[in-house]
Amino acid sequence: MLWDALLLQLGYNATLVAVGATLLGIAAGVTGTFLFLRKRALVSDAISHATLPGVGLAFIVMVLLGGEGRNLLGLLIGSAISAGIGLLCLNWLTRNTRLAEDAAIGAVLSVFFGFGIVLLTVIQSMSIGRQAGLEGFLLGSTAGMLWSDAVVIAIGGAVVLALITLLRRPMTMVAFDPEYAMAQGLPVNRIDLAMMGLVMAVTVVGLKIVGLILIVALLIIPPVTARFWTERAERVVLISGAVGGLAGYVGVAISASAPNLPTGPIIVLVSFVLFAISLLLAPGRGALAVLIRHLRFQRQVHMRQGLLALAQGQPIYESLTLRILRRAGLVRADGVATDAGKGRAAKALRDEKRWEVARADQAHEAAAQLYDGLRDIETVLTQDQIADIDRHIGGPQGIPA
Amino acid sequence: MSGEEFVPLSLTPLLIGIFAAVACALPGNFLVLRRQALIGDAISHVVLPGIVVAFLITGAISAWPMMLGAAGAAVLAVVLIELIRRMGKIEPGAAMGVVFTSMFAFGVLILEVSDTSTVHLDVEHALYGNLESLIWLDATGWASLFDIDALRYLPPELPRMAVTLVVVLAFTLVLWRPLKIATFDEGFAQTMGIRTEALGMGLVIIAAIAAVAAFDAVGSIIVIAMFICPPAAARLMTDSLEAQVMWSVIFAITAAITGYVLAGYGPLWLGGNDAVSAAGMIATMSGVILALAALFGPRRSRTGAPSEA
Amino acid sequence: MLELATEQGKPLTEMDLADSPLAIRGLTVSYGEKPAVFSVDMTVQPGSMTAIIGPNGAGKSTLLKAALGVIKPLSGQVQVFGRPLDEQRAQIAYVPQRASVDWEFPTRVIDVVVMGLYRDVGLMGRLRKQHISRAQACLARVGMEDFADRQIGQLSGGQQQRVFLARALAQNAAIYLLDEPFAGVDAATEKAIISVLQSLRAEGKTVVAVHHDLATVAEYFDNVFLINTRKIAEGTVADAFTAETLQATYGGRLATAQVDQLALALG
Repeated sequence: MLWDALLLQLGYNATLVAVGATLLGIAAGVTGTFLFLRKRALVSDAISHATLPGVGLAFIVMVLLGGEGRNLLGLLIGSAISAGIGLLCLNWLTRNTRLAEDAAIGAVLSVFFGFGIVLLTVIQSMSIGRQAGLEGFLLGSTAGMLWSDAVVIAIGGAVVLALITLLRRPMTMVAFDPEYAMAQGLPVNRIDLAMMGLVMAVTVVGLKIVGLILIVALLIIPPVTARFWTERAERVVLISGAVGGLAGYVGVAISASAPNLPTGPIIVLVSFVLFAISLLLAPGRGALAVLIRHLRFQRQVHMRQGLLALAQGQPIYESLTLRILRRAGLVRADGVATDAGKGRAAKALRDEKRWEVARADQAHEAAAQLYDGLRDIETVLTQDQIADIDRHIGGPQGIPA
Repeated sequence: MSGEEFVPLSLTPLLIGIFAAVACALPGNFLVLRRQALIGDAISHVVLPGIVVAFLITGAISAWPMMLGAAGAAVLAVVLIELIRRMGKIEPGAAMGVVFTSMFAFGVLILEVSDTSTVHLDVEHALYGNLESLIWLDATGWASLFDIDALRYLPPELPRMAVTLVVVLAFTLVLWRPLKIATFDEGFAQTMGIRTEALGMGLVIIAAIAAVAAFDAVGSIIVIAMFICPPAAARLMTDSLEAQVMWSVIFAITAAITGYVLAGYGPLWLGGNDAVSAAGMIATMSGVILALAALFGPRRSRTGAPSEA
Repeated sequence: MLELATEQGKPLTEMDLADSPLAIRGLTVSYGEKPAVFSVDMTVQPGSMTAIIGPNGAGKSTLLKAALGVIKPLSGQVQVFGRPLDEQRAQIAYVPQRASVDWEFPTRVIDVVVMGLYRDVGLMGRLRKQHISRAQACLARVGMEDFADRQIGQLSGGQQQRVFLARALAQNAAIYLLDEPFAGVDAATEKAIISVLQSLRAEGKTVVAVHHDLATVAEYFDNVFLINTRKIAEGTVADAFTAETLQATYGGRLATAQVDQLALALG
């Protein structure tokens, strides 16, 4: 069953939903990256919650006009308008009052959402409203989705993606360094607005599939996941899009393979699994890699400090330092240096003096910048330079270099 | 309105709404000042999985295990956010977004796949509660307040919410000074020997307790609104922390009362015949209060002092 | 220069440690994988004013924060009057860098100074008249008594700095640690702060400040501590604040002409 779903063998609607979710995932991942790089990830939470009153009002208006209240396109347009108003409120609060952005986000999302709930209860009391099924927008519901709905979602996803492709360069510049972008003559405010507009578009398209509470996950988790794998903004965008698309596709397939598996939550959980794997295992920024590097670094620091203390005849206070030296065979159990330890200690002290000279000498400025107390001087200076420094220091030359 | 009608039908939901609003607004003041307003948002989202897991473990809908489950989920969420923030060097907003959406999705998923259809546990209820139904049918009028028999049948949410409010109040009063110092200048607080990390965690746990108790009665949407809107509005009224907290309490109570009344009677005044969601209306009113404070509050704009930050 | 740099090799007796208000041994602090402070020893003389000097990113603030126990070192120890820092926190008052708080915070000037009395007032103790008058006296000492009821964000940068100093005064500590107290303040504030610090010294208290204006070091301070990740030199201004030590601290970053000028000024 899962296999069938993955191969798009579950009928037109399921296939369209899968295509739509994949496009949505890619679009959300890419858009979310700009938001994430701009450190405004949770603005999306306010935007998505602010769609609810629009959905309710659109329904009421369409019914009052004598139309079909459940027309998806109409509901989506309504949700876009109220999300836009929410965004304006958010910007106004942060710009014109002393409130910080997080408080403004929380205020907008809770008030708009609360008002949306009020409207939903109003609709329930309308004679036609009982079977409106607008609650489906909270968590998404792909069950019973009409062919036309699926088409709207697929086309919407594709359009958003096309817009992002058009705007990616200026958005990258603004996300990375807004001041530089402004100096380059880019209309930063308008690009920011476009960025938020895209977030809104993604949210609106995603309402039916993942719902307004969970769409935020598709905007946040993929970029955070991608960030673990690369240090370059363009690649974060690409990887994030791939993660989002994969999560959307696999999520829809899994949920189609068995009854009672809600699509939205499954998509979110698939992307969370991808995130967790990245957090733990990514080379470079992953937790495991960082831990290993930290332990190695701590060992180096203690080793160096221990050697310098030995060379200068100072007592070593820390038991970890002693343990590391002992394990390396540099001190005996009673804390006295072995011959090997004495040699290494003398070299460490001599290197310190060399660094001292190198850092005071403008000729070695580039090398001196690399000084961190641990780096072997041989790795940054040539033998000739070191010999030169040694002449400067004077004293016995017999210490192994 | 006569006591015969008011006491059984409106008194208890009104009191529960007020207690819930104040219990959330108090810690909300510090969350807003610490730029952690959205921790409140995160907490109220993860309450759902906490409750669902507690239900699956105990197999029954009973208050205490569920509150424990929800509080546990809130603590787990905060720990996870902190862990992700530090391990992955990710900004707190994004770390929060990852954690609470994933946990919420997990809650919804197990709710759907496990057999909870026999009990009253669903996402809509979790979001906007059912304040209107917490009535006190055994009351006959004001005299019932002194009637032991009638008091025995108070909706259990009321005493629970009252106890929660007392706990929150005690926390705020006892730790007022360290909370104030640590919120203003964390580094300085540490040099004074204040354990700022423990204090921050304590604040989150208190917020979680308030959220869980309120959630049980009024749903999570009020919780977020009350964590943020009354303190944010109070922030625009004064430059003294003591006064700000007082204002936030006044705003929370005002939102609870006006919201409840408008939800119940507003539609009637407009010619409708069904009440609308009281929780949604209370959240809406808190937004109206914030909007008024943002437009007219005496301390609404930034001080404009020279600051390099 | 090299003598100065390696003089740290001399083992310290227990006596030195117990006498020093602030003694640091083998302190290494790192953010990520680059040490900000590496294997630093520091022995502050009682009743002195010491300037911590070094280029940007040389670990000055880090050294101070580790001395306060605010950041956890990778290795090393901090002793206050010969005892571990944790037992002696009450002896240390700290004036942070100005940029580190939210100036919109709802609090008045006098409230900020009262925060310095936290140890005396305690968790639940009542704030008495004597506490308030002590806080007011501290404000008066920095010339800010007329601003007690202002919200802190309404003050100028220099005034804010003086309020923070008043808060530290309220702690009535034996050691005062200041992080760039003169950064971005007006001349009047600088004068007010330095005279307060000098009066503290006259009372036998110890002052340690991160300082970045080389021109005023000799005028303001008795001792210097030069750092660039590692300790470069430590001692009296006459001994340790020389063209050589400065060159060693700042490397190529300090123009030779500037160093010569300073050396001239120092005589």
